[in-house]
Amino acid sequence: MKSYLLPQFAVYRDDDKCIRCKVCVRQCSFGVHAYDDEDDEIRSNESACVGCQRCATLCPTGALVIRQHPHEFRPNANWSEEMLLDVKRKAETGAVTITGMGNDKPHRVYWDHLLLNASQVTNPSIDPLREPMELRTFLGRKPDGLVFKDGRLITDMPPQVMIETPIIFSAMSYGAISYQAQLAFMQAAQELGTLCNTGEGGWPMDFRRFGRNVIVQCASGRFGVDPDYLNQAAIVEIKIGQGAKPGIGGHLPGEKVTAAVAATRMIPEGTDALSPAPQHDIYSIEDLSMLIYALKEATNYEKPISVKIAAVHNAAAIASGMVRAGADIIAVDGFRGGTGAAPRVIRDNVGIPTELALAAIDERLRREGIRNRASILVAGGFRNSADIIKAIALGADAVYIGTAALVAMGCTLCQQCNTGKCAWGITAQDPYIAKRLNPDIATRRLVNLVRAWTLEIKEMLGGMGINSIESLRGNRLHLRGIGLQEWELEVLGVKGAGQ
Amino acid sequence: MKGLDRITNPFNDDKVISNCGLFGMMSTRGRKFSGRDVILAMANMHDRGNGLGGGFAAYGIYPEYEDCYALHVMYESMAGKEQTEAFIRTAFDLVHDEEMPHRDPASSRVGGAYTAGTAPILWRYFVRVPENVLKDMIREDARKDIKNIEEDVADDYVVKQVMTIDTQIADAYVFSSGKNMGVFKGVGYPEDIGNFFCLEEYSGYLWTAHGRFPTNTQAWWGGAHPFSLLDWSVVHNGEISSYGTNRAFLEMHGYYCCMHTDTEVIAYAVDLLARRHRLPMDIVAKVLAPPLWTAIDRMPGPERRLHTALRLTYPALLMNGPFTIIIARQGEMIGLRDRIQLRPLVAGIKDDMLYLSSEEAPIRVVCPELDETWTVKGGEPIIGRLGGRVITGSESRAAAS
Ligand code: SF4
Ligand code: SF4
Repeated sequence: MKSYLLPQFAVYRDDDKCIRCKVCVRQCSFGVHAYDDEDDEIRSNESACVGCQRCATLCPTGALVIRQHPHEFRPNANWSEEMLLDVKRKAETGAVTITGMGNDKPHRVYWDHLLLNASQVTNPSIDPLREPMELRTFLGRKPDGLVFKDGRLITDMPPQVMIETPIIFSAMSYGAISYQAQLAFMQAAQELGTLCNTGEGGWPMDFRRFGRNVIVQCASGRFGVDPDYLNQAAIVEIKIGQGAKPGIGGHLPGEKVTAAVAATRMIPEGTDALSPAPQHDIYSIEDLSMLIYALKEATNYEKPISVKIAAVHNAAAIASGMVRAGADIIAVDGFRGGTGAAPRVIRDNVGIPTELALAAIDERLRREGIRNRASILVAGGFRNSADIIKAIALGADAVYIGTAALVAMGCTLCQQCNTGKCAWGITAQDPYIAKRLNPDIATRRLVNLVRAWTLEIKEMLGGMGINSIESLRGNRLHLRGIGLQEWELEVLGVKGAGQ
Repeated sequence: MKGLDRITNPFNDDKVISNCGLFGMMSTRGRKFSGRDVILAMANMHDRGNGLGGGFAAYGIYPEYEDCYALHVMYESMAGKEQTEAFIRTAFDLVHDEEMPHRDPASSRVGGAYTAGTAPILWRYFVRVPENVLKDMIREDARKDIKNIEEDVADDYVVKQVMTIDTQIADAYVFSSGKNMGVFKGVGYPEDIGNFFCLEEYSGYLWTAHGRFPTNTQAWWGGAHPFSLLDWSVVHNGEISSYGTNRAFLEMHGYYCCMHTDTEVIAYAVDLLARRHRLPMDIVAKVLAPPLWTAIDRMPGPERRLHTALRLTYPALLMNGPFTIIIARQGEMIGLRDRIQLRPLVAGIKDDMLYLSSEEAPIRVVCPELDETWTVKGGEPIIGRLGGRVITGSESRAAAS
């Protein structure tokens, strides 16, 4: 069938600058560029181009410009080009459209509508270069109070995991991302004194040495879960849902299940790795409680158990039930959170912004007097340090970053993660492509990003006259809304700017 | 519910900001003295306030009603008074009540710039919790193992009634509710307030005082310090940048922060930690102004575990930002500065007397020859206790008693 899809990107090559080095030919994992021997010319198949900018970034002479294709359909506010192409694509394949990364629709980003406070006159701001500034955070259930007997503390502390900055690397499974990428996350988490999450794809044996800095997931496919997997990690996370695809499971195609991936996931090589939509032993909240306690038993009550859900409409009530079911950490992933692969229609239409879910959950747990019984981790679209500090003021203990971390490693949000062809080697399994991601350089870039954000967070905290992050947690008085409606201010629990 | 913050905080600010001078003096042997010296000391710090609030707390002043809760109430109207008195008569056994002795407001220069020469109706009630109420509460209380359970449930009962009056009855505000102690406060410079309430005629072994420099409130007598609940009183100089976090946590524990002041959250925090959670006072100080993590990391094992547990359990009660507070209760006076020492606190000792002050000069005014005086370190509580010992930070200094 002749495809009616038009190319989305146009390739402009300045022939005067091109030296026929063929870097673009070798680098493009989507097969756009080819060298024609006879004519001594580089030709480009634009319809294969995904706009990842790998070739333009690496072209030694700057001969390449990749731009959105200038073709134009007759303008139609109802039928955007994206809609047209999606219908045509389905008409050609009869299949669900799969995509990677997070929701790219122009919904309101609440972080951009929240403004931070700063001290003036009555209260000094604090200079983080001269004064201590504490970001140390502990994840896990906190007791309701401490009991002393004859001057001695007799309360036992539930298990806690300490992080030196409230930024954690989000769940990305080996299989979805490459071995090199996962190694970079582990190394960076260790260097930064924070955590990274294995995702649901198991945990390669040679990464177990990073255990203190690793959260492992127990998801619906139960890939790679055994006693050692649970006991070597710092935290065990039960994955119920993911922001990019609430309500559905996952599917790692057999082509990506290499021998190494198969061994890690404990499944046969080349078989599709299917994560069912629900966990088949959790059909209700009491079932969740049983799994939480099964994992606590398996880890001798020495590790906090986290439960991760997608931000959905009644997230607050669900979170409250999770805390009562025994979760030590609540992780909530908003609809802008990324994914290795998800049906586009779900990614773009299901779930709610993480900002609103977070505000509602924190508020609900406080009202019920149980906020101390679980830490709150938030995921789903953190783009800068201001987003993060605003999340903490809304009530988060720490945040998960995924997309931003991938961008630090080279990702350009081309949304092709599901294809396994990631030109940056991040979400690729093909060893030829994957090896272009140098784990040590990627580690450096991740560490630099988190360091820079951490420093910025300290600057903003100091500006507010606060020298310890716990004094900002849930401190919504340091936030004001701008350009928001009454109901939005109410959900966020903040006043409007100038109020 | 009546919005007290609407009176004290007419512009609906996040919190009422106020900076100030404070003073405390205590005989650790329980020797009583009049309010003359504490007024003198506050007059010396006149310029730390702006005449929009002054107040005093005095301990040991009502020996004849030692076992009664002394409710000091201010009324904006006779209707408020009648309603409150009807409530008090049903909620308590009323032992005695009277107008609080005071001088003529006009000649005492109280009331502030807007309402010069006027004062609310000021009345005090000595009350007991009725026997049958106590018995019922004890029967229902699950905590069978607690010592002094009677006192404990009676205190809880009083807190509840005070909150009811403060939040439900218009034009009435309880500004003091402890036993054998009392708070005296209003709009004006502290020395004028002291004179207005005739404090030179009272006799107590522990006095604290406060002169206020609010930036944004109109004059309301209830907005002055000390802030008090049961026999706790707090005077405070500072602005707490963690206020929103502190308040959210306290609301989770049933404290309704109706005044929107930092001082109020400190008083509630102390009540929660020291009375309800029964933490020792030096531990309470470590919650409010904890050591930095770098210091905790250097501590020996047990101490490190203790401080880690405190910071993990009560992170929301860390008072961040500049503050100095003097907290008092029966038999105890505690001075504490924020951990990075943004607001001043000076201590002085002479024989059995412990002095705490924003500046050294007022101490010298009332006691020129001190045995010892020093600037208090951030995060290290100075605790004066009946029985003759002054505890400073982790070490103890014996007061020359
Ligand atoms: S990378 Fe640049 S210079 Fe090299 S062949 Fe391609 S377009 Fe030409
Ligand atoms: S990870 Fe790779 S494939 Fe996925 S969006 Fe980023 S650059 Fe594209």
